[in-house]
Amino acid sequence: MTEKNTPLWEVFIRARNGLSHKHAGSLHAVDAEMALQAARDVYTRRGEGQSVWVVRSSDIVASDPTEKEVMFEPTGSKIYRHPTFYDIPDDVGHM
Amino acid sequence: MADLMPDMIAGAKFKYVLRLADDQLILGQRLGEWCGHAPTLEEDLALANIGLDLLGQARSLFTYAGEVEGEGRSEDDLAFLRQERDYFNALLMEQPNGDFAVTIVRQLFHAAFMVPFWSAMTGSSDKTLAAVAAKSLKEVEYHLRHCSEWIIRLGDGTEESHVRTQAALDELWGYASELFEMDEVADEMLVTGVGVDAAALKDDWDATVDAVLARATLNRPEDSWSQTGGRSGQHSEHMGHILSDLQYMQRTYPGLSW
Repeated sequence: MTEKNTPLWEVFIRARNGLSHKHAGSLHAVDAEMALQAARDVYTRRGEGQSVWVVRSSDIVASDPTEKEVMFEPTGSKIYRHPTFYDIPDDVGHM
Repeated sequence: MADLMPDMIAGAKFKYVLRLADDQLILGQRLGEWCGHAPTLEEDLALANIGLDLLGQARSLFTYAGEVEGEGRSEDDLAFLRQERDYFNALLMEQPNGDFAVTIVRQLFHAAFMVPFWSAMTGSSDKTLAAVAAKSLKEVEYHLRHCSEWIIRLGDGTEESHVRTQAALDELWGYASELFEMDEVADEMLVTGVGVDAAALKDDWDATVDAVLARATLNRPEDSWSQTGGRSGQHSEHMGHILSDLQYMQRTYPGLSW
């Protein structure tokens, strides 16, 4: 029954105020309103959500996996970008 | 004589709550039949969600009906161990699922009625019913939204979806009027401040349904025929089949629980 051209949507859910929306999964729906309803029905059945975003999968611009080395490897040697060179006073406790 | 009055009111209230519970139970059972068979995975979950909402409402209502009756019957006793003629759901609820259009039109008719019904019931003098109403209202508001959006897309979709949805409307139209019926039981609940004036919800229902049908490019059927009988236990031939499914476990293994 699924129409061959029913678009795919990516679903993002914010679990609580103060958290960011997280990718929850994907689904098929004919348009934005139906995608939002399907997202609610498929991904928020156990009280997971405060807010839902849906985005057409085809509207997402993704990095090319074959460019992984060019994109991400150079950061591996930049240890000075990690905040590991500070002495934290004991009074601060856990950070 | 004076002490008969509370008994009579309790009797009417039991029947009133039972009708309401039966509506949700039978329609919920129908929706459950879609589980694993809906057109898409997304809609499979949506229909099951709606069915479970209705089952949850039915459970609260059966439990309360048992308390009102005061004879120690549990929600399970009332849901599973009555004869067909002792169920008082409207005939709309027991109509077969048909194709997807029939199921969605049936749900639209139900939700367009239950939204104003539960909304009015939140003002009930009966605290339990008012609380069930407040919880249920949020659920049926979503059902109404979901069904309305589907009707619009089916009616204004392909030629086939339009034809099928119009056929579903024509097929089920005559079952809608039973929702607005009032009788002695409903009247008594209305004057005691417990119940809702169902007849007064017709304008609201008409406005909701007409607006959806207009956007869906579907025609409102003529009021040429109507079916009634569910409130007095007279059911269509489909009811026995539903009950044989619904009651099988409790009839075969009496007292079985999870």
